[in-house]
Amino acid sequence: MHRIVSKKQLSEEVFRITVEAPFIAEARKPGQFVIVQRNSDYAERIPLTIADADPSRGTITLIFQTVGKSTHKLAELEEGDYIQNILGPLGRPTHIEKFGRVVCVGGGIGAAPMYPIAQGMKQAGNYLIVILGARTKELIIMEEEMRALADELIVVTDDGSYGRKALVTEPLKELCQASPRPDCVVAIGPPIMMKFCAETTRPFGIKTIVSLNTIMIDGTGMCGGCRVTVGGETKFVCVDGPEFDGHLVDFNNMMLRLSAYKEIEQKAHEECHLEMQLKEMKSTKGKGNP
Amino acid sequence: MIDTTKKLTPKERLAIPPQEMPAQDPIVRRRNMEEVALGYTEEQAHLEALRCLQCKNAPCIASCPVRIDIPGFIAQIAEGNYKESLSILRESNLFPAICGRVCPQEVQCQSTCTVGRSLKDIDKAVSIGRLERFAADWERLHGELEVPSVKPPTGKRVAIIGSGPAGLAAAADLAKEGHEVTIFEAFHKPGGVMIYGIPEFRLPKAIVQREIEILGRMGVKIITNFLVGRTRSLKDLLEKDGFDAIFIGSGAGLPKFMGIPGENLVGVFSANEYLTRANLMKAYEKGKADTPIYPAKRVAVLGGGNVAMDAARMAVRLGAEEVFVIYRRTEKEMPARVEEVAHAKEEGIIFRFLENAKRILGDEKSRVIGIECLSYQLGEPDASGRRRPVEIPGSEHVIEVDSVIVAIGNESHPLLLQTNPEIAVDKHGHIITDETGKTSMDRVYAGGDIVLGSATVILAMGQGRRAAASIHAFLMGNG
Repeated sequence: MHRIVSKKQLSEEVFRITVEAPFIAEARKPGQFVIVQRNSDYAERIPLTIADADPSRGTITLIFQTVGKSTHKLAELEEGDYIQNILGPLGRPTHIEKFGRVVCVGGGIGAAPMYPIAQGMKQAGNYLIVILGARTKELIIMEEEMRALADELIVVTDDGSYGRKALVTEPLKELCQASPRPDCVVAIGPPIMMKFCAETTRPFGIKTIVSLNTIMIDGTGMCGGCRVTVGGETKFVCVDGPEFDGHLVDFNNMMLRLSAYKEIEQKAHEECHLEMQLKEMKSTKGKGNP
Repeated sequence: MIDTTKKLTPKERLAIPPQEMPAQDPIVRRRNMEEVALGYTEEQAHLEALRCLQCKNAPCIASCPVRIDIPGFIAQIAEGNYKESLSILRESNLFPAICGRVCPQEVQCQSTCTVGRSLKDIDKAVSIGRLERFAADWERLHGELEVPSVKPPTGKRVAIIGSGPAGLAAAADLAKEGHEVTIFEAFHKPGGVMIYGIPEFRLPKAIVQREIEILGRMGVKIITNFLVGRTRSLKDLLEKDGFDAIFIGSGAGLPKFMGIPGENLVGVFSANEYLTRANLMKAYEKGKADTPIYPAKRVAVLGGGNVAMDAARMAVRLGAEEVFVIYRRTEKEMPARVEEVAHAKEEGIIFRFLENAKRILGDEKSRVIGIECLSYQLGEPDASGRRRPVEIPGSEHVIEVDSVIVAIGNESHPLLLQTNPEIAVDKHGHIITDETGKTSMDRVYAGGDIVLGSATVILAMGQGRRAAASIHAFLMGNG
């Protein structure tokens, strides 16, 4: 059982929770993730990346977006509530070394798992440039933390409501064209963003690492649900990844595989929102009638 | 009519007809998850037990991986002493309710049974497995759970990695000797393949849980959500956490795929994934379970083992209209238990022998729409002694399906080896052990699928017991 010690809503759909998980807090390294399951009976096992950890307090921090039923249910838990099962840390840690000039691109919620990687890259003595991007201003997360860490921080939004109005690939391309060129790019975000980051750096031959978040059940190398095609070979995100060479990943196949349960998920997600509306109606009604 | 109250001659025993196992009606069970085989009635068990000749040389014992005193426990059933019967079973096997259900008896104890040999039909051997199940179920339904006695504490601590058949068997033996045993399980529930893999309709989960409960009562601790190699290393367990020895029973790992085009299409699953969704995550309880299962009407299952049968029969229960098992040899060469194949046929599974998948076809959204197969014929025997299937050129044909389940076995588990390069493995990635189960790493032993590759529940248990014996000898200074 893992007690939630703090919870904060970062935006309409994004939540940050800090939970007790002493072994994971001690063992985790940048790039690793956990499998979270609210309860053992009927809840789903979902992979979430670790945004931060405090070994002295025995806690880990998870940042997640409510995209389906399981994440909605997770977001309903409050401080003091318990999550029954957390397994981790899973996956191979990020390969961190002094590359020289490193660009970390965090798209939307991808900024969360990027934070420990950016920390690691900075500690290893790299010149660190961080690009944070999101659809709109309120979906930009980790800005303060990244600003404190990075040598340069670039914020972009699709709608121009904050920072520069651009996709993350635009400043990335400019950095690739500038001198000195980046020695390594790490991109984490929606698959389509990672795909285009990889396409942006490809002509420049700059090493580009992406972190994949696929469908998973056990997360330990047993079910094979997370398999992706990398360089023409089948790889398993949970044990071979989650990080791969972005220039070798078959993103199109990965995106199709991610859509396997889309209809079922969509329906469950809509039901969650209906329930939330009902609850809200009830509570406002309650307030109106003392 | 034979008078079964007096002592029978061997001839009279051989004349008793083999007792059929009552089962749920195939039409009904195709749409439910309840157990298919219903178990002997007391009367049937009595008659079946009387068929045993009580051979002095007991060839059945020698062909049982855990050397159960088979004539002994059967004699007690014949006498109506079910509790005593179970005590005999539990001396060699703490999990008779499980083994009675899932052991491939026809290639083990029953393969050498004198009754079967005398009647020149292996199917007429004494139904040892069904009797084992009967004794175990009798206790479950009538009696208190009998917990084996545990010797005084030795002060030695053993970590067991994985709570599947190998780990549980090792834990049981070590706990009996008075060692402090902790099992580490990566999943949220203990039981390994018996929980995530073997379906409810073949091995009810309540039965597995109950047998595991015995371990708890013997003082064994089970820690779930703990992945040794990631949550904590083997070295930490030995050096920081004070364990004196470790047994690795982490089981089979990554599912094997065919390596054919289309295998990463949407709608293609490993049997591991499909069965884990259905069993462990209870996806079959629609409306209750949050874990989805891919809706499919026509399903192709590739492979011919027990896992293939489980996947095919699960697909039927989850609403598939037609399920094909595609196997490149013939029924005779199929590794699945005879009973599972028979049950699958009764449930309307369509067997396509001497065929093999060449590629999987998808639509514009990359969803499976069919599978292209080649026909085969049997040629000369290969290294395994089985006749090698040879493809017939130009025999390509398409079976329309919307889902494909690949059940052709597992690779070894990569994780512990990724994180512990000092443990020697063979070219398949299986841990190399000596005949006592000891690995190349000091104080570390291994057994089950991580050593054997894909095997059975009972073989894994046998390996667990063997390693437990050598761990015990080592801990007591006799290793």
